[in-house]
Amino acid sequence: MATRDEITSGLADILEEVAGVNPDDVAEGKSFTDDLDVDSLSMVEVVVAAEEKFGVKIPDNEVQNLKTVGDAVSYIEANH
Amino acid sequence: MSNVDVVVTGLGATTPLGGDVASTWDALLAGRSGVSRLTTEWAERLTVKIAAQLKVDPSEVIDRVRMRRLDRSEAIALIAAKQAWADSGLEDAGLDKERLAVSFGSGIGGATTLLNQDDILEESGQRKVSPHTVPMLMPNGPAAWVGIDLQARAGVHAMASACATGAEAMSLGLDIIRSGRADVVVAGGTEAVIHPLPFAGFANMRAMSTRNDEPEKASRPWDKGRDGFVFGEGSGAIVLERADHAKARGARIYARLAGAGITSDGFDIVQPDPECKGGIRAMTKAIRDAGLTGADIAHVNAHATSTPAGDMGEIIGIKAAIGTHPVITSTKSMSGHLLGAAGALESIATILAIRDNVVPPTINLDDPDDRLDLDVAAHKARPLEINAAMNNSFGFGGHNVALVFTRV
Repeated sequence: MATRDEITSGLADILEEVAGVNPDDVAEGKSFTDDLDVDSLSMVEVVVAAEEKFGVKIPDNEVQNLKTVGDAVSYIEANH
Repeated sequence: MSNVDVVVTGLGATTPLGGDVASTWDALLAGRSGVSRLTTEWAERLTVKIAAQLKVDPSEVIDRVRMRRLDRSEAIALIAAKQAWADSGLEDAGLDKERLAVSFGSGIGGATTLLNQDDILEESGQRKVSPHTVPMLMPNGPAAWVGIDLQARAGVHAMASACATGAEAMSLGLDIIRSGRADVVVAGGTEAVIHPLPFAGFANMRAMSTRNDEPEKASRPWDKGRDGFVFGEGSGAIVLERADHAKARGARIYARLAGAGITSDGFDIVQPDPECKGGIRAMTKAIRDAGLTGADIAHVNAHATSTPAGDMGEIIGIKAAIGTHPVITSTKSMSGHLLGAAGALESIATILAIRDNVVPPTINLDDPDDRLDLDVAAHKARPLEINAAMNNSFGFGGHNVALVFTRV
């Protein structure tokens, strides 16, 4: 069972790989689109990579609710 | 003949001979070959194991994250176009982007992406296919990315005429400026499909050289020992500009794109007309469009790809349309055949031949075909006063494009 910090750190690795986001900028309060500049196509890649890394299923209709890094961490924490 | 003068104010390229125009031109004048043995595992299973591969990988120029969403053909188009743009000095010239257009094509397009993503689909399922797949494989992708990068707003065009694509892109650029739709057009060609499938296809047409043990000698236009073209990758870009616009901003002008001639054979999907009838008509049109006569053309950068069937028809064509006087060359002997980028790179070589008054060599012409009765700059670059020169490009499907560049 990963902690919230571990999930955040895992997402930071994915965001760096897929979208070139500086891991130091990744925090629970940050918005993927507004703060981290992740566009819609890159977000699809982030979701697919997160599913693989954390062993979760993130359905498309759930992705629209994941506005911030914290939203994603909460979803992964609750479902993995 | 048009009353609108169009000039060349910027050049860019990334090729098997160098990562920019200067290094590519140096290599061409020095007679260096850009052909080498493929080191990929798949090449060992094919009959063709050589290619003219990029000297500088695009990943050395474009950052990793951006490369994830670019097909290789798009990445190198961006590199060449940005070089040409910087070279033109237009960045700081306050150009209205509604007067800037792009004309940039590819012979095969994003086939590498298509094939690689299909492998992923078959192996791992839909979920793993990149969401960037479509913009990476679409044939207008290179033109579109160049247009986005330069914020071109007068139209972005992507032609596909096989190995005549790069030259046809120049011709369309000329038309766009003459029509008044734009003051500046970034025109070019790009190709990057060193992948086993196109290799297998071309190899099975018996169109490619299998001189695998002597890669540097494999591309040998007009030589008796020629056995096919050498597959190359690269991109070339040229900034075309209305002459009065260029002069008003004090731009450095390389040459004038004085005329273009386009025809189609209406004959065969792959075989060129053996009498070069379509090529003759294209060359004749280009000369007339430039307001010149054959006697004015001092040099021809020929299409000659090193295939047994293709090389000699053009010789008939040059004699018929221009005469026996021009000094000709095939820079493909060094660069390999860049397919959709060939006409762009060879236009650059033609422009620089005018600038420097020198014909780049045709290497490997050790034993000329008995029917070769024109003066070729064999082995070594040839100093020559050149005030007007032609670049020819022909493509599968029967596309013929001739361009005439002149000294300003």
